[in-house]
Amino acid sequence: MKLYLLIPFLPLAAFVINILFGRTLIRDKAHWVSCPTIIGSLVVSVITLIDVINGKIINEDLYTWVVSEKFIVSIGFLIDQLTAVMLIVVTGVGSLIFIYSIGYMHGDKGYYRYFAYLSLFVFFMLMLVMGNNFLVLYLGWEGVGLCSYFLIGFWFEKKSASDAGKKAFITCRFGDFGFALGVILIFLTFGTLHYVPVFDEVKGVAGQTINILGWEVDLITLIALLLFAGAVGKSAQIPLHVWLPDAMEGPTPVSALIHAATMVTAGVFMVARCNPIFNLSEVAMLTVAVIGAVTSLFAATIAIFQNDIKRIIAYSTISHLGMMFAACGVGAYAAGIFHLYTHGFFKALLFLAAGSVIHAAHHNDIQRMGGLKKYQPITYITMLIAALSAGGIPGLAGFFSKDEIIWSTFASGSPVGTLVWILMIAIAFFTPFYSFRMIFLTFHGKFRGTHEEEHHLHESPPVMTIPLMLLAAGALGAGWVGIPTILGGGAHIAHFLEPVLGHPELHGTHAQEFGVMGLSTTIALSGIVIAAILYLIKTYLPLRLAQGFSGIYRVVFNKYYVDELYNLTIVKPGLWIADSFIERFTDAKIIEGIVNGVPRSIGRFAGILRKVQTGITQHYAIIMAAGVFILIVLILW
Amino acid sequence: MVPLNWYMLLSAVVFTIGVTGFLMRRNIIIMLMSIELMLNGVNINLVALSHYLQDMRGQILTFFVISVAAAEAAIGLAIIIALFRNKATAHVDEVQEMKG
Repeated sequence: MKLYLLIPFLPLAAFVINILFGRTLIRDKAHWVSCPTIIGSLVVSVITLIDVINGKIINEDLYTWVVSEKFIVSIGFLIDQLTAVMLIVVTGVGSLIFIYSIGYMHGDKGYYRYFAYLSLFVFFMLMLVMGNNFLVLYLGWEGVGLCSYFLIGFWFEKKSASDAGKKAFITCRFGDFGFALGVILIFLTFGTLHYVPVFDEVKGVAGQTINILGWEVDLITLIALLLFAGAVGKSAQIPLHVWLPDAMEGPTPVSALIHAATMVTAGVFMVARCNPIFNLSEVAMLTVAVIGAVTSLFAATIAIFQNDIKRIIAYSTISHLGMMFAACGVGAYAAGIFHLYTHGFFKALLFLAAGSVIHAAHHNDIQRMGGLKKYQPITYITMLIAALSAGGIPGLAGFFSKDEIIWSTFASGSPVGTLVWILMIAIAFFTPFYSFRMIFLTFHGKFRGTHEEEHHLHESPPVMTIPLMLLAAGALGAGWVGIPTILGGGAHIAHFLEPVLGHPELHGTHAQEFGVMGLSTTIALSGIVIAAILYLIKTYLPLRLAQGFSGIYRVVFNKYYVDELYNLTIVKPGLWIADSFIERFTDAKIIEGIVNGVPRSIGRFAGILRKVQTGITQHYAIIMAAGVFILIVLILW
Repeated sequence: MVPLNWYMLLSAVVFTIGVTGFLMRRNIIIMLMSIELMLNGVNINLVALSHYLQDMRGQILTFFVISVAAAEAAIGLAIIIALFRNKATAHVDEVQEMKG
């Protein structure tokens, strides 16, 4: 019995039980199936992590999945340092979100379905991080996308929710198409899909080119860019970021688990996992760094003007994912994964706290909130910790990982690194600014809703606040495993991940490192101060600023019109083709022509034949006699 | 001794009466009787040739034909009774349930 197998298969068992018996037998006790299984997964994950720390790396094939001549793929597991960290994030944050969901989803008529999908999601996510070849990765990759679709459209009676689910699924498909091509190209190049032989042999194909439509393209660059296309879709980077804000139509714990802590980070995980491939292509690294940094700033500016509490956090997630990619793009994979790990805690906490606020206020609009501090003290304090952590205030989890990224980009020494570093510094200002704008508008000042709404405000039940407090502990302390050496820490996580992710080349003195740290901290604090001035003290200022810069304000408030652009260039033509060509011609003429035409012609032929059957017995007798006569003639001829 | 020709002629006459009756009469009982006539025409032929060729197989076959004819008559009469109970007629022109 292999203990680590319990990690993915416990949630799978929970899914099977809930989906089969949920509607009739289990109903509102579904959490008794799902929660213990994920906590079990967490326990086994911790045991596995300890094993990995003690040097026990697992890489084995358990089952031959596909055999087709040379194409042989097995279901196998690779558990190394990177996977161990991901396992802790997925099962640790996952467990708390499962428990929180008991309170948040209480009384929903799809309760069992919710927990079934959530368990299935965790199974696919664990397969994604634990697989030892690209096809298992791809299985998990598509599986989490599917569960994301189920859960975004969980309240499918609402048109906007089912639309958002479709949007997420279809947008990701653009990226996944590239990802699939990348996996196929890896197989064509290396003849195998297992990580270890691919990464061992990748140096041998460096510099090879492949001819595509007359263009000589560098093979490694092409593979890396195709893989990255998948990451762009799944991790909501420009130009495929549009689905993530809409995905907020799903239940808030889903946003916390899938659209903050785990699934959207799969892209970062994949890039980090494939670092031997990316390292060999400067073009790919450049693309990753630039797309990450630009997305990060782009999303951060949008977050400033949003009024929907969940959308602010969604754009914040996109921004943080961009930072992780920027780190990977300059070769600091460990910094990216470290940020992924701390981000999982503070972002899930932000979402769950927002969920707690929505639970009380029954809407998402922060302009109609305010003064919730006195009704929801626990939510307030935990969300404050999350915002401080996200904003990069020294001592909290987010600070160490963010600082690691900023320092890595600065010290990478390349021109791209410097450019990315400048963008990161700008983001270091925006992140605390929009986080605290949200906090001030939600929790401070006077309540701006109706009197009746105020009457309903209350603190959430303990089943929701306890996960908040535990996550707050994570948002506070999860970063302490990566305290940099100059602050007297051991940078344990970077050393831990080094066998998988390598060590980035950093050029810089201790004085510079302190300088960068001091700069980003000062900027972060100034972001909070300016947010406080605008939204606490001189509350008339934001409106006046918006009027003063109405052009810029309108563009950013409408999310740079990206949705409108896609609507015009992709959605409308797509609908037009579907409507005028596929529906009117392919469907109506070809498919229905075949489907209806065959039985119709058979019917017509039968209509001729049936006339023989007169029902008059004598006719049958005459035909029989004539037949016998003809036979006799033929025989005696 | 009667020569073989006569038996053959008798057999042909009996068989032809049977065929004609089956094709031309409308009463289902007459039609059943016509079938019996056809079978017996064949039987005459079989027995005559069996004797002429000194081969017992013809006569053995005749016994089979007789027993099959008996079974057929039993079932045929049962069908006729069932038909009469439902339609109150033994006239096949009035029964056209098989019309497609």
